[in-house]
Amino acid sequence: MIELLQEYGRAYLYSDGAGMSGLAMTLWLFIVTMVLGLVLSLPLALARVSRKRWLRWPVELYTFVFRGTPLYIQLLICYTGLYGLEVVRDNALLDQFLRNALNCTLLAFVLNTCAYTVEIFAGAIRNIPHGEIEAAQAYGLHGWRLNLFVVLPAALRRALPVYSNELILMLHATSLAFTATVADVLKVARDANAATFLTFQAFGIAAILYMLLSFALVGLFRLAERRWMRFLVPARG
Amino acid sequence: MTLCAHPLPAHGQALYETPTAPRVSSAAIKLSVDALHKSYGDHQVLKGVSLQARKGDVISLIGASGSGKSTMLRCINFLEQPDSGVITLDEQSIEMHQGRAGTRAPNPAQLQNLRTRLAMVFQHFNLWSHMTVLENICLAPRRVLGVSPREAEARARAYLDKVGLPGRAADQYPAFLSGGQQQRVAIARALAMEPEIILFDEPTSALDPELVGEVLKVIQTLAEEGRTMLMVTHEMGFARQVSSQVLFLHQGRVEEQGGPQMLDQPQSERLQQFLSNRLK
Repeated sequence: MIELLQEYGRAYLYSDGAGMSGLAMTLWLFIVTMVLGLVLSLPLALARVSRKRWLRWPVELYTFVFRGTPLYIQLLICYTGLYGLEVVRDNALLDQFLRNALNCTLLAFVLNTCAYTVEIFAGAIRNIPHGEIEAAQAYGLHGWRLNLFVVLPAALRRALPVYSNELILMLHATSLAFTATVADVLKVARDANAATFLTFQAFGIAAILYMLLSFALVGLFRLAERRWMRFLVPARG
Repeated sequence: MTLCAHPLPAHGQALYETPTAPRVSSAAIKLSVDALHKSYGDHQVLKGVSLQARKGDVISLIGASGSGKSTMLRCINFLEQPDSGVITLDEQSIEMHQGRAGTRAPNPAQLQNLRTRLAMVFQHFNLWSHMTVLENICLAPRRVLGVSPREAEARARAYLDKVGLPGRAADQYPAFLSGGQQQRVAIARALAMEPEIILFDEPTSALDPELVGEVLKVIQTLAEEGRTMLMVTHEMGFARQVSSQVLFLHQGRVEEQGGPQMLDQPQSERLQQFLSNRLK
């Protein structure tokens, strides 16, 4: 166990000598996926609840496809499937982008988490009391101002608990990245296991690292909920 | 003041046609509502209702539930789209466009203008629950009127004081306040827009009886200041006290209309029935 840590400790945490690995890579996957997924999901969630069919239907189709198929298959398609298409290889930009395993992995993760997040936010938007939207309209807010100043702030706060759940699931789903040769925590654990046959210890360390990240995430969201969801606590007396 | 009688426009007739009926000293008229029609499916809620408000008028709309009084009020700022009829503010009629699928929509620029000049107070308050009291009052002045943050906050605190809420309420969320306090915040929110007309949609109907008084007191103060107000209400005593004009609606029509003394000497049988059915 001591040797395992001496040999692979650095790789578990941040570098395998050749580049970023282990915890650092998992965090990178998580943060990029989270930020891009969040940014993309906001306009898509608004489109998802739009009364205009031509806005709503494409998003509905997108979330249906990405929530209807396993992440692993999406990753395989992004990592190997897309590159198998001639049109992709012939396009210099796509070719460049998809040659990189990390890019393919991030693409799959972002598309997947974004689909779930869109549905979470769309649900939260539908849950805003109708009277609050009506009041905003009556006071002259419409279009993007209505969305930016009333709809999104109201929806995002209400969505916090469900969204935190999605982020934890997503964090754990990043462990699929090893199948696309990305050197995340699980990849290091598998390498350590293959070299030392200390299976329990090798994967145990990986499990503990994921657990610590999850705890940190839960703690952060607890703080966020205390700050931004205070308004929902009912009046007493 | 009497209601102008003029022919109801046929269903589907262009809304922006100026009504041809003569009016008494139309120069002083602030808001005029002419021949509003509104149906939900087969059910006709409004069958051509009209009213005219001069500056400083307090007009109460009374009637049984289902008589169309709330719908009429909501049509005035287009929270409901009237099927036909004309809304005129300061002699500017709101133009209606034929939208797709037979829907009618008001001219967007005129609608925006109208909504910044008419403020509304709702039965269920409809405060933005995720914002503090102060944020609730500042939002529309800042984001719609473009008032500076500092000026908006100063206004908000002044109007909170005016509706009788203590300064420490400013940082509370609405859910932590009583119904009466929430409705007073909603009134402060309306006042912060410095509107020309305030629309009250049953402002005390959702309140516990012991909280009604504090809200009515605020509204009365506003009436005494000479603000122009339209109010849907079930509080007959209050309507008699503050109104300059009372409209009694029955089944989508204005059944009787007059000064507040009309509540003491109802002419129509319907109004007599309506009044005798409730404790005064």
